[in-house]
Amino acid sequence: MADEIMLLDWWSSMFGMRVRIALVEKGLKYESREEDLNNKSPLLLEMNPVHTKIPVLIHNGKPICESPIIVQYIDEVWKDKSPLLPADPYQRARARFWADYIDNKIFQLGGKIWTRKGEDREAAKKELMECLKILEGELGEKPYFGGENFGFVDVSLVTFSCWFYAYESCGNFSIEAECPKLIAWTKRCLQKSSVSSSLPDPLKIHDFVVQLRKKFGIE
Amino acid sequence: MGEEVKLFRSWSSPFALRIVWALEIKGIEYEAVFEDLSNKSPLLLQYNPVHKKVPILVHNGRPIAESFVILEYIDETWKQVPLLPEDPYERAMARFWAKFCDDKVLTSIWSAFIKQGKEQEEALVAAAENLKFLEKEMKGKKFFGGERIGYVDIVLGWLANLVSIFEEIVGLKIVDEGKFPLLYSWMQDFAEAPIIRDNCPPRDKMIVKFQALLDAAIASSSSSSK
Repeated sequence: MADEIMLLDWWSSMFGMRVRIALVEKGLKYESREEDLNNKSPLLLEMNPVHTKIPVLIHNGKPICESPIIVQYIDEVWKDKSPLLPADPYQRARARFWADYIDNKIFQLGGKIWTRKGEDREAAKKELMECLKILEGELGEKPYFGGENFGFVDVSLVTFSCWFYAYESCGNFSIEAECPKLIAWTKRCLQKSSVSSSLPDPLKIHDFVVQLRKKFGIE
Repeated sequence: MGEEVKLFRSWSSPFALRIVWALEIKGIEYEAVFEDLSNKSPLLLQYNPVHKKVPILVHNGRPIAESFVILEYIDETWKQVPLLPEDPYERAMARFWAKFCDDKVLTSIWSAFIKQGKEQEEALVAAAENLKFLEKEMKGKKFFGGERIGYVDIVLGWLANLVSIFEEIVGLKIVDEGKFPLLYSWMQDFAEAPIIRDNCPPRDKMIVKFQALLDAAIASSSSSSK
């Protein structure tokens, strides 16, 4: 019996992108449905009644929500191909720790850079760069956060890379200037078809952010 | 060589308590290292330089931080008395509810305790909505883990011992037995389970601590609104 996989998604969501990458890494066919977040579908409301958010993976009719949980689910069900989490419990714990760090920091700080002004924005910029430097330190000399192989932490962070240009424009700074190794890592990841096919063009994200800033009157 | 398991904790941290419960449930021998969080030890800062918090589990010299990460590590390393289900879908559901407990339930109940006026009213409304989801999830089960205590029970366990303390201090009902009968009875069953009952910080000390936190919050909010 073939698996039925559907992904409720939104093109610019870094969280949705993580699931896309995981599905491609595992070689899985799936149906992608783009949600209108201003007019959420009955399916989304039924499949994620608690948060009413995307991404939602629907596997043979059963929903899984929250991107790190979805990615781990995909990794556990389709465990024979391209494992994303390492086998050793201590290395798994380190991967989960860093994925949790990324989730608690990058989205909120990046968001403040394009939605706030003045001191708020400057403070967010400074903190974002500190976090990215810490992550760059964790990467060290390894090709990926997962070591020799692309893994869970790589999936969790790389999806923010298409938003970097938008953050840099709004905040007037350069991530590459302070974290060259991290940017080199993003380029390495983009050489993988799972990543390049899942991330939108940073220019498209930038234009989207410009539109939103106009709409909400953020200068 | 024997296993060396150390848990860096404070006497009252509900996050560290999760790890105590998990270690006790699995019968794992460990050494508890009590930290004074106002004066963190060099060892704590060395083992958790990123967050500088407890709990930290140190297993054979290797540190793991963040309670959810530690719980999964414990479950994968010591396989007796499993905390997470084996089936991947059920595991995903357990992880989902655990995250919901911290992101929504804990934050709304904490706000209902620590805030005043309109913010408190709004937090109580949010808490009730969140609790409704948990109540629904409890149908047909004694514990979130089924017949015995599991991952979600351990994560939510602070509810069983802290909520009555909060309710006593602020004089408000947060988990009403009439509105949330299943959750209320879960709180009793959980708190009475021997391992939990024997591993809870002293109630009178907790009341003093949280009353002091509330007094400080009221003092700082009234001094900032002139």
